[in-house]
Amino acid sequence: MTDSVHATPDDSMLVRIRGLTTVLGGKTIFSDLDMDIPRGKITAIMGPSGTGKTTLLKHITGQMRADAGEIVVDGQNVAELSREKLYKMREGIGYLFQNSALLTDFDVFENVAFPLRQHTQLPEVLIRNLVLLKLQAVGLRGAAALMPSELSGGMARRVALARAIVFDPMLILYDEPFVGLDPVALNQVLKLIRTLNQTLGITSVLVAHELAAIRQIAHHVFLIANGKVVAQGDPKTIADDGSPWTRQFFGGEADGPVPFQYPAGDYAQALGFAGAAK
Amino acid sequence: MNQRMPQDNNVVIQSLTQIGNCGLFLLTLLAAIPRSLRYIRETIRQLWFVGAMSLTIIMVCGLFVGMVLMLQLYHVLSIFGGTSASGMVVALSVYRELGPVVTALLFAGRAGTSITAEIGLMRATDQIDAMELMAVDPIAYVATPRFLAGLIAMPLLTCVFCAMAILGGHLVGVTWLGIDNGTFWSNMTAEVDLHTDIVNGVLFKSLAFGAVVSLIAVFQGFATPPTSEGVARATTRTVVASSIAILALDFVLTAFLM
Repeated sequence: MTDSVHATPDDSMLVRIRGLTTVLGGKTIFSDLDMDIPRGKITAIMGPSGTGKTTLLKHITGQMRADAGEIVVDGQNVAELSREKLYKMREGIGYLFQNSALLTDFDVFENVAFPLRQHTQLPEVLIRNLVLLKLQAVGLRGAAALMPSELSGGMARRVALARAIVFDPMLILYDEPFVGLDPVALNQVLKLIRTLNQTLGITSVLVAHELAAIRQIAHHVFLIANGKVVAQGDPKTIADDGSPWTRQFFGGEADGPVPFQYPAGDYAQALGFAGAAK
Repeated sequence: MNQRMPQDNNVVIQSLTQIGNCGLFLLTLLAAIPRSLRYIRETIRQLWFVGAMSLTIIMVCGLFVGMVLMLQLYHVLSIFGGTSASGMVVALSVYRELGPVVTALLFAGRAGTSITAEIGLMRATDQIDAMELMAVDPIAYVATPRFLAGLIAMPLLTCVFCAMAILGGHLVGVTWLGIDNGTFWSNMTAEVDLHTDIVNGVLFKSLAFGAVVSLIAVFQGFATPPTSEGVARATTRTVVASSIAILALDFVLTAFLM
């Protein structure tokens, strides 16, 4: 059976979410959601499309304000932070976007160097070495002079990953990091996430759908649906949990607690067969 | 008629909301100027894009506006035997109205649309969000340098436009139609007043137009929905809103400065 959804406050938790409620355009995204993300671990957030996984990451970074509830990151209540303090907190957070979000005016090298140039006064030689070190880690040192438009989707994602880790942040948020990667690149990214976690103790939060990949690296998995955490635990436990939620999500079943079809009227009537049916 | 009323009201409310939001955005922009001073290199880069890159269109258009103005004036003034004053009238028309207004309209079409489309695409591709998450203030790094660049570039471009228009007038009037060169320049220098025509006409108006066009372009870029249709609409809105604002503001400024 899944662990208790309501975890107790603990200093070992880097991110603590309590009673998170978010309503967007009249639709309830989160309803009294609680979540604890442990320090120095790899945590995966999974769930059907449209359940607010990316929105949850935006709450953690302070990009979106919740309608109710509390989000505490490294002891700081995000909603109460001033602009300066929020930016200071973000310097310690790396974020990998779904679509990479590279700055199109700059080449690969300058994209990775961008956070260093903005927040440090490091000499050029040191910036160069740090950037090449990170690019080497993602296997793209040779692509340093390329422009973002010259990169494939997978390469752009790896450059974005190099940029996200250039500051060796305390927390990295990965939004769908495995989409569009070939098996070689996917394995390298998996290895990189694991290495960053094991060697530097960086806390990682992954939003992903690839259970096989998650099983290899994640210490803890949260399954979100209907605005709440419906199951949590280590990857093996949660996959074998047997609850209707996990059975539908990990079994890929159309029928279950989460309807595959978006709410709609009668299908036959929509096709004009209503009369024929009678 | 009754059916159209709610829609019309909606358009009015939407327009007023846009103006209000634009005003609030201006305050945010002004508040970010001290923070944007550390991005002085970005401001210079933008000055190159919106200023130097607009030079060709401004120079060519200025030349032709001066030429056609001289041609029209020569034919009208020749009826009264006053062709010797045509150089002076060209100069006054260009300094007081045509220079600042046409430069601003061209600037809105050339640089304003480019600023809106660039920022809109940055939003659509999450680049603005990425900056936020890298703890870089996008207002200070993206918006303010473009606003300041437009503010600085407009008076300079207006001066270039005016110079080219006078040159165009001289080419047609003196070289082609045979007006005396000395009369052309002496009438002009005698009638053009530094304060009324150059400071109020060229500099003051062009600064005001530069601020308005740049503000509208940057605001539309940030307010655009992050879709391809949204960017297209925002670009169109920049041209339409800037053109109306320039002509309306020109009337107000002329009424106060005359």
